Amino acid sequence: MAVLLIAEHNNKELRPFTLNAATAASQIDADVHAVIIGQNSADAAKQLSELPVVKKVLSVEAAHYENFTAENFAPVVVKLAENYSHIICSANTFGKNLMPRIAAHLDTSQVSDIIKVISQDTFLRPIYAGNAFATIKSNDAKKCVTIRPTSFDPCESTGGSAPIEKVDASEEFSNTKFIKREEIKSDRPELGTARIVVSGGRGMQSGDNFKLITEIADKLGAAIGASRAAVDAGYISNDHQVGQTGKVVVPDLYIAVGISGAIQHLAGMKESKVIVAINKDGEAPIFSVADYGLEADLFEALPQFMEELNKLNTIQK
Amino acid sequence: MKILVAVKRVIDYNVQIRVKEDGTGVVTDNVKMSTNPPDDNAIEEAVKIKEAGKATEVVAVTVGEEKAQETVRKALAVGADRGIHVKVDGILEPLAVSKILQKIVDKEKPDLVFMGKQAIDDDCNQTGQMLSALLNWPQATFASKIDVKDNKLEVTREIDEGLETIEINVPAIVTCDLRLNEPRYASLPNIMKAKKKPIEEIAASDLGVDVSPRLEQLKVEEPPKRKAGIKVANVAELVQKLKNEAKVI
Repeated sequence: MAVLLIAEHNNKELRPFTLNAATAASQIDADVHAVIIGQNSADAAKQLSELPVVKKVLSVEAAHYENFTAENFAPVVVKLAENYSHIICSANTFGKNLMPRIAAHLDTSQVSDIIKVISQDTFLRPIYAGNAFATIKSNDAKKCVTIRPTSFDPCESTGGSAPIEKVDASEEFSNTKFIKREEIKSDRPELGTARIVVSGGRGMQSGDNFKLITEIADKLGAAIGASRAAVDAGYISNDHQVGQTGKVVVPDLYIAVGISGAIQHLAGMKESKVIVAINKDGEAPIFSVADYGLEADLFEALPQFMEELNKLNTIQK
Repeated sequence: MKILVAVKRVIDYNVQIRVKEDGTGVVTDNVKMSTNPPDDNAIEEAVKIKEAGKATEVVAVTVGEEKAQETVRKALAVGADRGIHVKVDGILEPLAVSKILQKIVDKEKPDLVFMGKQAIDDDCNQTGQMLSALLNWPQATFASKIDVKDNKLEVTREIDEGLETIEINVPAIVTCDLRLNEPRYASLPNIMKAKKKPIEEIAASDLGVDVSPRLEQLKVEEPPKRKAGIKVANVAELVQKLKNEAKVI
């Protein structure tokens, strides 16, 4: 039986992690179908049909799908599920919100946040904030699996031409009403997919001081991250949080500034290829995962860092 | 309005996890256990809503072995009125927990069910959403702000792109983010008082729910370790290493 991928999009275009989820789906079975649920989402559906790993696109449109409400999305997927062995989606806030609702309707025990497909029924997933890896075998007839996007490469985005089939909408769920979404617009790369991330913690001492981080991030073409402490303190908005309950990032370079390195923060960044820690406390746990540690006062180190970057002839982007 | 709050006993968030040598799980003997952190936020929010005169009763429920009752007792010490302990041994999957909670909801008929957005042991992030599916109730996940308005809630949710606000009709499920509030500490007099508050014990087997596992945990292992790094003397050396050794800038 084929595998059903749930596409994440903004009604205009696919959101990037759909490509990572498509890769994971194709590792489970080569016959990947993708469902896109939205409103006026034809362009995103077309984009989906161009992913070479996707063999068929199912498109469902209705006004009540405009804001991705799980209560409206779940019945659509549940109805389609009878033809599929697996339902796949990213383990970001979109998929985390939606998939368990589908799994419960299907009476399936969901496997969350997998980092590796071992076989069609067996998966590797982190538990305890990534301090242990569990190999899990699902004995359910139908499997609901969310995938950690940063653990799978994005698939090719062009070259395919899957047929797009229209599917009837389900009834509207009337007890949940969307009010508004406050997205923080930025010209910087997305935190989840950035090649370089510069993160600040409680050591930044104020929101204003984050401009020291912003400057360096702009110079490096990096995304800006933060520890939970910095978000809790109101220095920066929640969409920047890296960690067990925030985002998981795996950039080529992660620079942790004024971050002590609580287990919960390490869970979100310790798979990064190169980790730099700048902290004045030489005993801070962040140094235990850092490839390069600099024990220094960040208020002196960051301006110097900027100066040194300015001296370089070229900077990779 | 009546609020049911589900709490889970987990290894304390400060404990360094150790994987058992035989690969069957992690070491839990003689390890400090606590209430799952966002479940503390769920209790706090329910108690605050009651203190604001918008709820009449807060009931704390846990599902688990004998010692799980500690988490209910702690909830009672910070303001919950009474407790329910559904007793069951062994590892329960979120699907089984949500089926048990559905039975408790049928019995207690709460207007709201609160719980943490995720348990920090299995990191599944499923139970609230599954329960709302089983009940066909609205769900507000990852809540960082809740406004109670008559028979509706306006909830701000933390999502990857920023914040989202939704309005849900009661009865409803809310899963709580750590930023929802600042959980209070229990005072000694309140801890003493909590000892007198009732906790109803129910055997999971009496609820007629199939809790048998659908997943097999074949192996638990240590994640690959990072190789030890170096300390650099100054910023110039750091930038030089990043440029010429790691080749990442």
